[in-house]
Amino acid sequence: MISAGLMASTLDLLAWAPPGWGATLAEALGKSIMIAIGAFSLGLLIGIGGAYGKLYGGPVTRDLLGIYTTIVRAVPELILILILYFAFTSSINNLLLSWGFERIQISGFVAGIAVLGVVQGAYATEILRGAILSVPPGQIEAARAMGMPPLMLGWRVTFPQMLAAAIPGLANLWLIATKDTALLAVVGYAELTLVTRQAASTSKAFFTFFMAAGALYLAISIVSTLIFGRIEAWARRGQVRPGSR
Amino acid sequence: MQGFWVPRRIVMAAIAVLIVGWCVATLNWTWLAEPKYQALLLQGVWNTIWILVVTMVLGMLLAIPLGLAQAAGPWWLSTPSSAFCGLIRGTPLLLQLWLLYYGLGSLFPSIPWIRQSDLWPILRQAWPYAVLALTLSVAGYSGEVMRGAFKGVPHGQLEAAKAMGMPRFTIFRRIWMPQAFQRVLPTLGGETVLTLKSTPLVATITVIDIYAVSSRIRQDTFVVYEPLLLLAVVYMAIAGLIVLLFRWLESRVPVKTA
Repeated sequence: MISAGLMASTLDLLAWAPPGWGATLAEALGKSIMIAIGAFSLGLLIGIGGAYGKLYGGPVTRDLLGIYTTIVRAVPELILILILYFAFTSSINNLLLSWGFERIQISGFVAGIAVLGVVQGAYATEILRGAILSVPPGQIEAARAMGMPPLMLGWRVTFPQMLAAAIPGLANLWLIATKDTALLAVVGYAELTLVTRQAASTSKAFFTFFMAAGALYLAISIVSTLIFGRIEAWARRGQVRPGSR
Repeated sequence: MQGFWVPRRIVMAAIAVLIVGWCVATLNWTWLAEPKYQALLLQGVWNTIWILVVTMVLGMLLAIPLGLAQAAGPWWLSTPSSAFCGLIRGTPLLLQLWLLYYGLGSLFPSIPWIRQSDLWPILRQAWPYAVLALTLSVAGYSGEVMRGAFKGVPHGQLEAAKAMGMPRFTIFRRIWMPQAFQRVLPTLGGETVLTLKSTPLVATITVIDIYAVSSRIRQDTFVVYEPLLLLAVVYMAIAGLIVLLFRWLESRVPVKTA
């Protein structure tokens, strides 16, 4: 009851124009979404390479990829972000200095995408590996026997068939990406969660702001679930549903 | 073990030993020798572990009714349960934690009967909010897992029990629950590791877990990487222990092999 009363009187704080924080929150939301998209795409690229390496690479490649996925999945994201954030920025600067360039300031945006992308890559590797394994081997062997070049084989045979198996895992990974952007608040990057806390502690309207941010995250998750549902239905077109025969 | 120690693995292990040796020899570990920090580190590990165990147990106790309500409950139970799971799974844990800590933390002092109650000395501290937030998070994620597990138990088993005249609660206790848990055990190990990985967030609301201890050492001594590396090793060790524990649990559960 009391919180409801507080919220009614503090709802003005969410207005768009400067006494309200609406525009600031929207900008922070945009940054969060951009980082999530960047990290997810980078993770997908790493995942494609990783999955092919794990399935078709040499024994050493496979072992190294195993170490990468195990470490990333056992150590908290927050700590990986701290280690990679510092290591990434300082190693780039060391590289630049050793080549005779000036030290540069790496933006939190780029570092955030790089760090979350490395984390996402480990999970994407496992998801894509499982999806590729779900393609019946006879299909790939048949395509090879017909003399299909490897790239065309990947595009025409493996990719369309693994997509249906990969989409649920990738949808989950995308939701994790949107939520993991909140961890960048801890290293001081002004994404939605950190801006929300700044707004809340300036105005003392904690419930209003945290619930507003929660609603924004929830909206992202609901919209993404709908979109990925559509994509999965499209990827499964032509498949026989169990029980329909 | 014959299959594991092939020559390339021996070379890789040697490289790993060299890297570890280089880390030990050249990085700055002098802070580890100080008794003050040793005590703090032990305290931090202990706090991380008890928070993990308490929140997993409480969270699972909540997850079972949540999963049951979604799998077999009437609509007025299943709709709120799935809404709760969606809410928890759709928003970042850090946001939930801050909402509870800063929100409730600013609300409670303004209510006189809470300030005067015997619970106030506890509610003034940070850990109840950390435990509450993590418990709700475990409940939300595992509730979804339990829903699948309850639905996955073959219907014939329940019908057979009903036909034998078993009371409903006995069916749940002897037939439904054990089979659901057997299915869910491997997933539960993964959920526990995920919970372990989200415990360092509680350091942002001043709970002194192992992560908070390492941040403090970094601030005190200006050593940047070494406490972080130690932290990664500690978390990997705990995660490894959890995996072993669940593997042992799984080996104890009898599995019918046809």
